[in-house]
Amino acid sequence: MAEDLLQIRDLRKSFGGIAVTAGVSLSVRRGETHALIGPNGAGKTTLIAQLSGDLRPDAGQVLWYGRDVTRLPPYRRSRLGMARSFQITSVFMDLTVLDNVALAVQARAGHSFRFWAPARRDGRLTEPAMAVLAQVGLAGRAGQPASILSHGERRALEIAMALATEPELLLLDEPMAGMGPEESSEMIATLRGLKSHKTILLVEHDMDAVFALADRISVLVYGKIIAAGTPEEIRNDAHVRRAYLGEEAA
Amino acid sequence: MAETTETAAAAAPVPGGSILDPRGWGVRGWTTLAVLLFLAIAPPAAFLLDEPFYLDLAIRLVCLTIAAVSLNLILGYGGMISFGHAAYIGIGAYAVGIPAFHDYLSGWLHFPLAVGVSALFALVTGAICLRTRGVHFIMITLAFAQMAYFLFVSMEAYGGDDGLLIYYRSEFSGVLDIDSNLNLYILCYVVLLAAMYLVHRIVNSRFGMVLRGSKGNDARMRAIGYNTYAYRLAAYVISAAICGLAGALLGNFTNFISPEMMAWSRSGELIFMVILGGAGTVLGPVIGALAFLALEELLSGWTIYWQLIFGLLLILVVLYMKGGIVSILGRRQPEDG
Amino acid sequence: MDWTLVLIQTLNGLQLGLLLFLLASGLTLVFGIMDFVNLAHGALYMIGAYFCASLTFWTESFILGLLLALPLTAIVGFLVELIVARRLYPRSHLDHVLATFGLILVFDTLVQILWGPEGVAIPLPDWLNGQVTLGEVVLPSYRLMIIGGGLGVAGLLYLLVNHTRLGMLIRAGASNRTMVGALGVNIQLLFAAVFALGAALAGLAGMLISPITGASIGMGNEIIIVAFVVIIVGGIGSMKGAFIAALLVGLIDTMGRSYLDDLFKLGMPLESAETSAPAVSAMLIYILMAVILAFRPQGLFPPKVR
Repeated sequence: MAEDLLQIRDLRKSFGGIAVTAGVSLSVRRGETHALIGPNGAGKTTLIAQLSGDLRPDAGQVLWYGRDVTRLPPYRRSRLGMARSFQITSVFMDLTVLDNVALAVQARAGHSFRFWAPARRDGRLTEPAMAVLAQVGLAGRAGQPASILSHGERRALEIAMALATEPELLLLDEPMAGMGPEESSEMIATLRGLKSHKTILLVEHDMDAVFALADRISVLVYGKIIAAGTPEEIRNDAHVRRAYLGEEAA
Repeated sequence: MAETTETAAAAAPVPGGSILDPRGWGVRGWTTLAVLLFLAIAPPAAFLLDEPFYLDLAIRLVCLTIAAVSLNLILGYGGMISFGHAAYIGIGAYAVGIPAFHDYLSGWLHFPLAVGVSALFALVTGAICLRTRGVHFIMITLAFAQMAYFLFVSMEAYGGDDGLLIYYRSEFSGVLDIDSNLNLYILCYVVLLAAMYLVHRIVNSRFGMVLRGSKGNDARMRAIGYNTYAYRLAAYVISAAICGLAGALLGNFTNFISPEMMAWSRSGELIFMVILGGAGTVLGPVIGALAFLALEELLSGWTIYWQLIFGLLLILVVLYMKGGIVSILGRRQPEDG
Repeated sequence: MDWTLVLIQTLNGLQLGLLLFLLASGLTLVFGIMDFVNLAHGALYMIGAYFCASLTFWTESFILGLLLALPLTAIVGFLVELIVARRLYPRSHLDHVLATFGLILVFDTLVQILWGPEGVAIPLPDWLNGQVTLGEVVLPSYRLMIIGGGLGVAGLLYLLVNHTRLGMLIRAGASNRTMVGALGVNIQLLFAAVFALGAALAGLAGMLISPITGASIGMGNEIIIVAFVVIIVGGIGSMKGAFIAALLVGLIDTMGRSYLDDLFKLGMPLESAETSAPAVSAMLIYILMAVILAFRPQGLFPPKVR
């Protein structure tokens, strides 16, 4: 039995009386690609935020390899091996594409209280960064400022930055958000390439991507998991169908 | 999305060369060299030609430029808008004045004291300030600077509101003699070059990249594993230390040290210098301080109501010159870090 | 313990606190609704004092001068909003700070041009210049009037914010600016009105203090920082926070200056108490701010923002 990398136990979070996360329990097994789907307003981003440490749950636990990390700040979780990409693109606009990824590489390279040697000429940072950029197909844009990238390229950069920290778990918050069909296919291909050696928790609306990539799917509706299982099981689940009735699966 | 007056990035090639390699320079690089050469030659020349006024002006200019360079480190590259940096100028100056008052004239004491006390004050206040962001941060740095101001005003023993007169410059046991303005100017100039180079190295180092990432997107930095609080605090302290040094130099120059050096309007002027010149660039604080002081001299010569024009200019610059003077001097260069 | 003195100092503290509240309320309103940091708020305080001075001389009545100066100051506030502030709303807070810093220079010099470099003193009418005797305590009646006036205005503001349509818009705008715009309210007018109201409040504070201190150039520049401390401590955007923090700051500052050396003498040798007390009491409100921020970086009563 594959071990549980991440375990969420009865997580709860309310905002002003509304339970956005209403007792969520879920496990992500090592090596699997686990998709989290649900209609708009289900509370997916709030859940991710509680996993990454950006939000404190009101109750419940988040366990990493059995260790309670519920109260750990984001930068500590990142060091444990949890990497997150953001739903709204969150890269360093004033820096080049390579700088962006190199910063992520640098985060793993011990402390950064080094004040003298130029970081941009440090092969120990730039080489791994270029390798990651190649993985997501952005090697050609290395020297460009992130601000001039297309939307899809920026999403790819998001993934690259998450990858560069050499995580065990990738928390991807709607990586396809705002992408057209061509860019989406590229992203799916990239993610497929990662499946074999990374554990991924993927929040997505794009059903093509979900069914193409997921090993298991959990369905979140109004802050609760109403179904969890293989893609086949989920596709045929009556509750899931009802929850999505009237909803255009993206 | 709020716009800012910081420099926007233009397409820049991946940098490879050192700042000292002229082949990498553009308009900005050459302008920087020109300004630095001008500062190296003109004021001493003026002094030797019996116009000491310009040398005095230049000393003040260079000291304020050092302060502006230090502020640029955290404001331009780190996005930390400290509205209390003048406090460090004051602390540095009093680090010369108070020992001198007690007949301790050694520069070997004054200067390290200036740097040390500034760093300590920055560490303590920064630890609190940096837990806040945005306008809270601005206001809290302002409040702490006021606190320092009132502290010195209340110190009757050292002149309080009336200030402190010192009669001798720092002594360096014969190694260095800054009794003459010319020598003091040379020291200030050397310190400026050192400060500019130091800041340049810092902003391009790993530490500097963390700082710049944090300015752009602090949440992202934390998400990839950086304890940004620690790095920002370190930058804040370094910046304060350099500024304290500027204060010690200024204190030596003016011989009259008063809490007015720490008035919050002085902090505002420093920020204006950095923004006017172009935040986040090498040339920015240098040209900003130069333009600021030149304007001040020029306008106050015309009319006693020069502050009115100055204030209007400030408003216009904020409204219409977002990138500062440097933004009209050509594109971003790799060595701008 | 001289209880008479304690009472007097408490009232002084209240007076300072209420004046700070008048200043801080305008500041926090403008920040809460328009997200605008107005460093020049202290200049409006000064202008109010000067208007009041001139109008008092002209009408030979302090009350009339004050009543006429209020709308004038509000108009100046409105003009500032129209010409400068409005263009800055989309900009960063740093831009607000720098631009309003420039405005301070402009106003300080304008005042110098119009009224000259010397300050202007404002004579109080006799009926306000007297004293009130409560038992053994003799209090200047003007100070009581300031306290009464300040509390009255605070009460009016409370009614305004909580029981009028404008107040509802203000509270709504403070927590969700875009929604208020989407509701079809004339945002520009609302902003201008809030700014003018803030200006009038600042001006009122200046007018109330001017018979005691006189109107002088740059008189707002120090107290504005204290007003910022008040709103930071109270929670930026919160009127309740501004009120409580203002009283807290006013009382602590006043009592600190009067009694800190006595307090120190209880635990310290005489000389160190006498040298350190003035320094510490000068820094007291900033130390207070630092302590509060250490535990609550958002202030005591931060408004809930969506």
